[in-house]
Amino acid sequence: MTQALHQVLIVEDEPDIRGILRTLLKTAGYRVIETETAARAIVEARTHKPDLLLVDLGLPDADGLKVIRSVREWSPVPVVVLSARTMESQKIEALDAGADDYVTKPFSAPELLARVRAALRRNVRGAEQVPNLQIGSISLDLTRRQAVGPKGDVHFTPLEYRVLESLARQSGMIVTQRQLINEAWGPDKHGDTRSLRVCIKNLRTKVEPDPARPQYLLTEAGVGYRLLLPGD
Amino acid sequence: MLKSGMRPDPDQLLAAVNDQEARARRGKLRIFFGGSAGVGKTYSMLEAAHRVSETGADLVVGYIEPHGRAETESLREGLEQLPTLPVRYRGLVRQEFDLDAALKRRPAIALVDELAHSNLIDGDPPPRHAKRWQDIEELLEAGINVWTTVNVQHLESLNDLVAQITGVRQRETIPDRIFDEADEVELIDLPPDDLLGRLQAGLIYLPEEARTAADRFFRKSNLIALRELSLRRMADRVDASARATASLDRASRAWMARDRLLVAVGPDEQAEQLVRAGKRMADALDAVWSVVYVETPELLRLSQHQRNRRIDVLRLAESLGAETVTLDGPTAAETLTEYAHTRNATRVIVGAPKRRGWRALLRASTATALARKAKGFDVITIAPADSPKQVAVERSDVPEMAMPVHWDRYAWALATTLICTLIGFSMQDSFEAANIVMVYVLGATIAGVRFGRGPAVLTAIANVFAFDFCFVPPHFTFSVADAQYVVTFAVMLIVTLVIANLMASVRQQTRVAGARERRTYLLYAMSRELAATRGIAEMARVAVRHVAEVFQCQAVVLLPDAAGKLKHPREVPEAGSLRGADLSIAQWVLDHGRRAGLDSDTLPAAPALYLPLGSEQQQLGVLAVLPQNRRRVLLPEQRRLLETFAAQIGLAVERGKLAETAESSRVAAETESLRNTLLASISHDLRTPLAVIAGASSTLVEQGDDLDTAVRRKLARSIESKARDMTDLVSNVLDLMRFESGQVALRREWETLDDLLGTALIRMQERLGSHEVTSQLPADLPPVHVDANLIVQVFVNLLENVVKYTPPETSVTISAVVRDDAVAVTCDDSGPGLPAGEASRLFDKFQRGNDEGATVGAGLGLAICRAIVRAHGGDITAGARPGGGARFVFTLPLKEGSS
Repeated sequence: MTQALHQVLIVEDEPDIRGILRTLLKTAGYRVIETETAARAIVEARTHKPDLLLVDLGLPDADGLKVIRSVREWSPVPVVVLSARTMESQKIEALDAGADDYVTKPFSAPELLARVRAALRRNVRGAEQVPNLQIGSISLDLTRRQAVGPKGDVHFTPLEYRVLESLARQSGMIVTQRQLINEAWGPDKHGDTRSLRVCIKNLRTKVEPDPARPQYLLTEAGVGYRLLLPGD
Repeated sequence: MLKSGMRPDPDQLLAAVNDQEARARRGKLRIFFGGSAGVGKTYSMLEAAHRVSETGADLVVGYIEPHGRAETESLREGLEQLPTLPVRYRGLVRQEFDLDAALKRRPAIALVDELAHSNLIDGDPPPRHAKRWQDIEELLEAGINVWTTVNVQHLESLNDLVAQITGVRQRETIPDRIFDEADEVELIDLPPDDLLGRLQAGLIYLPEEARTAADRFFRKSNLIALRELSLRRMADRVDASARATASLDRASRAWMARDRLLVAVGPDEQAEQLVRAGKRMADALDAVWSVVYVETPELLRLSQHQRNRRIDVLRLAESLGAETVTLDGPTAAETLTEYAHTRNATRVIVGAPKRRGWRALLRASTATALARKAKGFDVITIAPADSPKQVAVERSDVPEMAMPVHWDRYAWALATTLICTLIGFSMQDSFEAANIVMVYVLGATIAGVRFGRGPAVLTAIANVFAFDFCFVPPHFTFSVADAQYVVTFAVMLIVTLVIANLMASVRQQTRVAGARERRTYLLYAMSRELAATRGIAEMARVAVRHVAEVFQCQAVVLLPDAAGKLKHPREVPEAGSLRGADLSIAQWVLDHGRRAGLDSDTLPAAPALYLPLGSEQQQLGVLAVLPQNRRRVLLPEQRRLLETFAAQIGLAVERGKLAETAESSRVAAETESLRNTLLASISHDLRTPLAVIAGASSTLVEQGDDLDTAVRRKLARSIESKARDMTDLVSNVLDLMRFESGQVALRREWETLDDLLGTALIRMQERLGSHEVTSQLPADLPPVHVDANLIVQVFVNLLENVVKYTPPETSVTISAVVRDDAVAVTCDDSGPGLPAGEASRLFDKFQRGNDEGATVGAGLGLAICRAIVRAHGGDITAGARPGGGARFVFTLPLKEGSS
């Protein structure tokens, strides 16, 4: 696998969890560096220049947010956060600070690996535009804003295209509500989640085989949305 | 409850024990008592102090009056002295006793000279108490033993006697109870000749003062009388203590055997004398005594100043240990007789009759009338004393209330005469003059009822003149042709005056009754509102509103915190609430259970009045009142009303406190039982998966190499699945705890229900297995303003519930309708349905459809659902689905909610 060369920095103070993460990632073919403290993490990130950071938010010496902010000052390296289930506000704060995604503890192995893969792919692609998109049975040409499904042309509004573009650019990863509204409606609409909900609902009726049980356009309750494409 | 009739009330027993303890802790008072100044009280006290301090006792000199007597001064040396407190007073600096310094020093014994001294009320800093005996009381309460000095002329009950003997009225007096309750009284006796010798030698006062003092006071006859008085008082005290020791318990004596004395006082100057005489007689007879004032219609007409004097007299009586009573009645004698009978009085003391000559014949004075009616009690009349010249006339600070003169009423009175005259003219031709007289009598009667006494008298007189002028020949002159009309005039005048007077009395009584009714009504209005109020803080607000309204003042109810320290209320103040009340005064009031501030004995210079709320055993708070118009609060009637208000507020606060205690103990009990259930339930639900995990993992560790891959995988899977169960359980418990403690802040956003349901379905995908879930949410369902995660949790928990309690293949349908201002979401399943009669109990914590069994989850799921839905302003219900199965319905309001 080409991923074999990727190096992951694990920032986690709990030895058992660190051990599990190490085993999981090594088995999946990544190289692993480990640290226990925020201060060490910042130093290691500078010296080893890892391809991805896996950061626990509760560290003994400082908040994991500090690591994210510090790294973001000089590097666009993908950051995935580990956090407890009920701390939505913490997750959003981390995403706003520059994290790319999060994994909720307790996590399952496939889930964690999927997030890591998606984040690394984002890094490979960079922030470039995604020209084409295949969601289930529908193919979209985002540059020309055309879409074809099994039953012929599917019509998307310009707003829906903009939302899809935002999600596709970080496919497999979470995009916060704020980010979506910002990119599709503009900064003045900040806080208007109602329009976003209607838009997502309409998109689901167009792309999902069963809109009541979405497979591609997933909701992360209270945080944002995630576009899950085959291969993610 | 136990039948408590036969057993002593434990609260009472406890109170009695506490009282004894308080007594034990209370300091002992030792008084050096003398017949007059100069007998050597201070000297003896200091001598005794030296003797005691040589034994190593912790004794300090709090204050010694500096009379400049050399031998006394020299005795102060060698004793520890507290610094005195410099007080600025009318441009001078005086050295006063420093109460706070003494309390801080806390000696075993403190010497404080001159028990009867008055503190400088207008001084700066202002004293805490008006009188030194109050300072000393506070020292005693703090457990400090006090030695002090006093002369016989300062005893309240002897005040008038001393004034009669010496011609000098002593203003500085102490209540007799201080003297009577002193633990030790030492009489310092010096024969008058020796005293006069010392005086002449200049040993007593400074020389220039000596002459004036001697002229006034230090006459040999005076000194002999005072000496005798002090010896007698001392003998009385010894006698009383001997009696008390003999009978051991005064209360155990039959009450029948004791004399009961009634002292009837009026508004006149003799009242004080009567009270003091009563006190002396009660002491001599060892009798219970009451001072009674009868408010008759006649007395209501007195000037405000005279009526205030009545309050002073009653206060004096209280300070001398009497019970005071104010009665209402038509005449004093009648009311007194009745009261004497109801209270089984044996003697009634009244002032000697003052009416003389024909007036005494016309109407018997109270004393005479009482003597006639007396049956079963003796009447003792006391002759008025020659009132001595007052050294200083103390005027009360209460502003005089001038009786307003209603000139308009006099105008109406004259108009009445005019109307009668006009009616007279119209009758003149067909009626006799006698009938016209009747019209005038009617007019005066009406004037009496409507306009009061003065105008009615005016009408009566004007009527006679008008009748003479208009209807008695010769007409339109005041001259009278027929002499018999003079009789008509006289009778007419007397009859109209009597009727007008009577009517005015009736009117006055009606007004008094009206005022009393108004007071009762105001009080009732507050009590009623207080009774309907929950929570002490809310009660305090209600009380403040009423007090502020009725007394036109700013008021505040201060309540102590858990540590007993008073705090300003935190709530937004009501109109009329007092801010910036002096907490240190209020704290003193709370600690001592006595009023302080404006017009009281303690810190009377303060702008506001502070009243304690609560019973004698327990002080619950303080009512502070800052009057806008001082009269509104300081007039005796108003003051009594305010006290009644304070008593009512105290009762309400006590009730509120009891309710709070009951509530908190109920909550504590509930929490306790919840904790037990939780422990029992969780320990079961945690142990089961833990056993599986421990078993499976140890198998893997020990025998992993011998097992084939399929078995190893199976073991790992069961570890994983049980770990998930435990995760769910733990997060459920944590969620519920967060909800219960009120720590959950809703992060509301506009959400669509299908979005949330979809998220829940994905989260439940694996767990649902063969359970078929159908979403029937209408496409046009409006968005709801909710916390997305929590509503997802509701769906998850409902689906979990279905998975746990229905067999595989059961179908679930989720639908929603808009009903009024809310969305109602229904979750139907085709399972076995709910156990009968348990529908509502399902939402209680730790309830499970079928007890125990293998299903995991401590029965918290539905309780969490309910907590979440209610936090959003909706509700959740359970019932049977038509056609079999269970149905859960929860509602969410459509309008924007707060976090």
